[in-house]
Amino acid sequence: MTDAAISSAPEVKGRSLFQLAVMRFRRNRPAMAGSVMLVLIACFSFFGPFFISHGYDQVFSSYVTIPPSLEPRPGEDTLEDAMKGVATRARVELQSFTVEGEAFTAVITAKDPIDPRATRYFDRANEFDKTEVAATEDEGRRLTLKGVVDREYFLFGTDTNGRDLMARVMLGGQISIAVGLLASLVSLGIGVTYGAISGYMGGRIDNVMMRFVEILYSLPFVFLVVVLVVFFGRSFILIFLVIGAVEWLDMARIVRGQTLSLKRREFIGAAEALGLTDWQIIRRHVIPNTIGPVVIFVTVIVPKVILLESFLSFLGLGVQAPLTSWGSLIAEGANNIQSAPWLLVFPAIFFVVTLFSLNFVGDGLRDAFDPKDR
Amino acid sequence: MEPILAARGLTVSFTTPDGDVHAVKGIDLDVRLGETLAVVGESGSGKSQTMMGIMGLLASNGRVSGSAKYRGQEMVGLPPKALNEIRGAKITMIFQEPMTSLDPLYPVGKQIAEVIAHHRGGSQREARPRVLELLKLVGIPDPERRIDSYPHEMSGGQRQRVMIAMALANEPDILIADEPTTALDVTIQAQILKLLRDLQKRFDMAIVLITHDLGIVRHFAERVVVMRHGAVVEQGATADIFGNPQADYTRMLIEAEPHGRKAAPADDAPIILEGRNVVVDYKIDGGFLKARASTFRAVDNVSISLREGQTIGIVGESGSGKSTLGRALLRLIASEGVYRFGKTDISSLDRSGMRPLRRSMQVVFQDPYGSLSPRQTVGEIITEGLYVHEPQLSRTERDKRAIEALTEVGLDPAARNRYPHEFSGGQRQRIAIARAMILKPQAVILDEPTSALDRSVQGQVIELLRDLQSRHGLSYVFISHDLSVVRAMSDYVVVMKDGRIVEEGSTDAIFSAPKADYTKALIGAAYNIGP
Amino acid sequence: MFAFVLRRFVSAVPTLFIVVTISFFLMRFAPGGPFNLERPLPPATMENLMRAYHLDQPLWRQYLTYMGNALTGDFGPSYIYKDNTVAELIGKGLPYSMELGFYALLLALVGGVIVGTIAALRQNSALDFAVMSVATVGVTVPNFVVGPVLTLIFAITLAWLPAGGWGDGSLRFLVLPMIALALPQLAVFARLTRGSMIEALRTDHIRTARAYGLPARSVVVVHAMRGAMLPIVSYLAPCAAALLTGSAVVETIFTIPGVGRYFVLGAINRDYTLVMGTVVLIAIFVIVFNLLVDILYGLLDPRVRHD
Repeated sequence: MTDAAISSAPEVKGRSLFQLAVMRFRRNRPAMAGSVMLVLIACFSFFGPFFISHGYDQVFSSYVTIPPSLEPRPGEDTLEDAMKGVATRARVELQSFTVEGEAFTAVITAKDPIDPRATRYFDRANEFDKTEVAATEDEGRRLTLKGVVDREYFLFGTDTNGRDLMARVMLGGQISIAVGLLASLVSLGIGVTYGAISGYMGGRIDNVMMRFVEILYSLPFVFLVVVLVVFFGRSFILIFLVIGAVEWLDMARIVRGQTLSLKRREFIGAAEALGLTDWQIIRRHVIPNTIGPVVIFVTVIVPKVILLESFLSFLGLGVQAPLTSWGSLIAEGANNIQSAPWLLVFPAIFFVVTLFSLNFVGDGLRDAFDPKDR
Repeated sequence: MEPILAARGLTVSFTTPDGDVHAVKGIDLDVRLGETLAVVGESGSGKSQTMMGIMGLLASNGRVSGSAKYRGQEMVGLPPKALNEIRGAKITMIFQEPMTSLDPLYPVGKQIAEVIAHHRGGSQREARPRVLELLKLVGIPDPERRIDSYPHEMSGGQRQRVMIAMALANEPDILIADEPTTALDVTIQAQILKLLRDLQKRFDMAIVLITHDLGIVRHFAERVVVMRHGAVVEQGATADIFGNPQADYTRMLIEAEPHGRKAAPADDAPIILEGRNVVVDYKIDGGFLKARASTFRAVDNVSISLREGQTIGIVGESGSGKSTLGRALLRLIASEGVYRFGKTDISSLDRSGMRPLRRSMQVVFQDPYGSLSPRQTVGEIITEGLYVHEPQLSRTERDKRAIEALTEVGLDPAARNRYPHEFSGGQRQRIAIARAMILKPQAVILDEPTSALDRSVQGQVIELLRDLQSRHGLSYVFISHDLSVVRAMSDYVVVMKDGRIVEEGSTDAIFSAPKADYTKALIGAAYNIGP
Repeated sequence: MFAFVLRRFVSAVPTLFIVVTISFFLMRFAPGGPFNLERPLPPATMENLMRAYHLDQPLWRQYLTYMGNALTGDFGPSYIYKDNTVAELIGKGLPYSMELGFYALLLALVGGVIVGTIAALRQNSALDFAVMSVATVGVTVPNFVVGPVLTLIFAITLAWLPAGGWGDGSLRFLVLPMIALALPQLAVFARLTRGSMIEALRTDHIRTARAYGLPARSVVVVHAMRGAMLPIVSYLAPCAAALLTGSAVVETIFTIPGVGRYFVLGAINRDYTLVMGTVVLIAIFVIVFNLLVDILYGLLDPRVRHD
């Protein structure tokens, strides 16, 4: 009757559960906003460095710990002071100093003839560039210098070493995001395999495997990380490997639980009756069906890993300078909170917005994959 | 007679992300004092939602409108406080799942006392004698002890009795019973229905029986309302509905009762699958430091042999070991005994040894929702066996076989690109059958293949199975708790209880002249649609 | 019940033993030692030091000695706090950490359950959204951000509360570190409570309670709440263990003289005995709280009652 007849469009393409979940996810506004935010932050961190001229390790000794500003540095009012400072260093006297647009003209004098190479002193200062001798008078005792004012923007200010905080935040983002993703992948790989094997095998193997996980659980896990980091050193690769190696426990438990409930499902029984081997069943039936919870869990674990990495950085065990991560930046900021609050504010904003977005995306995925909502 | 509950133009709708779903589309319904009214329909007919709507128990996305008057008082739109005066006192309910309907964290006596104390005043302690009296009334053995038991310490039947005690606690006018026996074994079902009937006479209350089971309706109800797709198809006195159904749908429902008989194969037909002295023990895991794991004997020394072209029906209630026996015959679980497939002794074969034989002995499971992997397309599901047993097939050949198999089970071949969740229960069961049939097996174990389906769909699946059997000369082991289906499908019946065979014989012999008391009880407890 | 408690205690012993063993060897196999300072010591001094602390003996001997002493409660001298034994250091710091941790736990639990319940009862309302957004911030913002920010606002800008230290132990000193400690956990409790309350409100027996006309308050408090507490109780064990044994971050930021700092300081400085001491302490807390939670679970849920 109606039961047997299906709408017989010639090539019906079914919608998989995954596609349905994607549809539901798209309708979830906070989750979509979170996704957009994440993409923006990732673009900022990874493509931003191509658009700013400062390197993350470039030191501007003239601009140590300057607050964020939309105005370029040096400001008009400070230029003359800066020029005086340079003149003093070059052991010459500044007679006049004028700025027209980007170009400056300075007249310097000294008792003895001035070595034209003194222009180097001017170029060395962060404020000035391309200084040339325009005119020589008084047998070289009076020089007219022309050059350009090197205006730099420090939208986020600079840190206590005079490095552009924006470049640092971008680098920190790259490292935090990369560590987050890579460590999650490591924990995903270990956790899914371990959990699926333990759950599917069951019996004694399961007992022993889960006992092992339980023991690892009672090891204070910060201890494990700290010891491993101290042990293996502080390279970027080791840090995410170590975090991944510690974070797989939850994943293993979730996948095991999922596998146990799948094992009771009749389609596993049907697969056995068809003669599939254990490995075929795990690969074709168990792992694909744990994908929903696993995807959700990844969105939980990525922020956890980023937090852990920043915690390590906070303790001084993160990536080594001049590399940095959001956690290290926040730690630096916390140390200078009274004198330079922006050092805390900018990295913290990026960090928090990222984690916030990840959370919304995670919640959205959970709703999208939740079978109860079908 | 004036109805005590009268619904007029009652609608129930649910807001979902895909738009509003109208579960009940403006129905009229009367419940009269002291009568038993059956509301009949298949899943999705809106029969439960009608009552849930009147009682204000819809899920948070549900809305009810129209009118439902209890003794002249409008219940639709009544504020919760006023509604709570009626609910649990004047109108009470029992539900399908006695397992989950009681709070697992409190003793049953406390839960009943809470209802009494709330509606009648007084403390829960003062209500205790009344609770004891009620438990006695509904036939709970040793009520003084049971009053402090937790739900998980009771059997399903006892839990349903506790629910009934709770329902009677305040001597209601109307008892709404929502599929009260569907989750119970047939013998328990009979006891519960008898209890309800006795209590109804005693308290002179109306019972609204929501059910899909026409057998129960025929033997139990005075009036019937047939619902379909949220609307009333037909209503009237039970005798009229069954004797002279007006609507096509009603007629179809009544005729959906499985009928026909299967002829036995010749006595000298060769034995295809045999298990001698089958014993299956389940270890009950003791946990890490428990003294010793105990064992539970699920199948106890059972012998069975299936001839070519034969259908053996295995009948039993839950826990009788019938499904376990089926799996043991297929060598899917560890078991003792001597097993033969055709002339080969398969007792000592391990998994890889069994693998080549798997294509010849297949299985179809009960739950059409659980037996198909939700992440594979139908095509992938049904060709999975080919992947194991005929790995040399090309993609196009496999696809061709998939089309054949789907056509054979009466599905559109286009279905192979779609996913299981897009199909109804009956269609899914056809997919599961196609998966088994694509390998061209000789023996198939059918483990409750129709139990999760609506009656009308059940009939179609049975037709399909019979058709496949005669076309391919298949042998079936048909496992079911449903006597009417077993009777229609099999030529030989084995009755099991507590892991043992109670009685066996040809279908006619078992049904016309049962010898064992248990068989008699089973047959007596089954309500047939036929008079 | 008593037998169950006993059995769990007995099964905790091997866990503790393995934890201590793994930590011992992990620590020892890490390169560097407690006296490898930036300016190397003269070899003679080094040798004397090594001998004084028995570090010259074979590892298995050190291990046996350590385990033997540990059984009697002697966790050895600290290498960096040279005048103190590890037991003394922990004994001195633990009361501070525990007091602070206890208040934080209380705040997190009570606040989280209340907030989560309100959100669940008003599911999908603006209130729910607002409350849970704040909770999400709580989960996502680490305490080493919360701590400095709180200091900046309440201690520096507004100057209402002291920026750190234990002072006389009065509430004024505890408020900021307590909030910094409790906030992330409060958020976790709120999310857990909301989730399990929503789940609990959907169950069949809640439908029964409603069908029998029980008032909404009793449905929520008597029937839904108790079931919804179960996942919260499960989370209580790791949470309590973590809070009561002190947090390195919060104790550093607010200069609290607790045990949380020792652990990180010890690990970085290879103060073997101090690290081992804190590991044992944390492991004992985890095990004890797991046990307590199991018992509590049994009291709440008759289905898992053990006899």
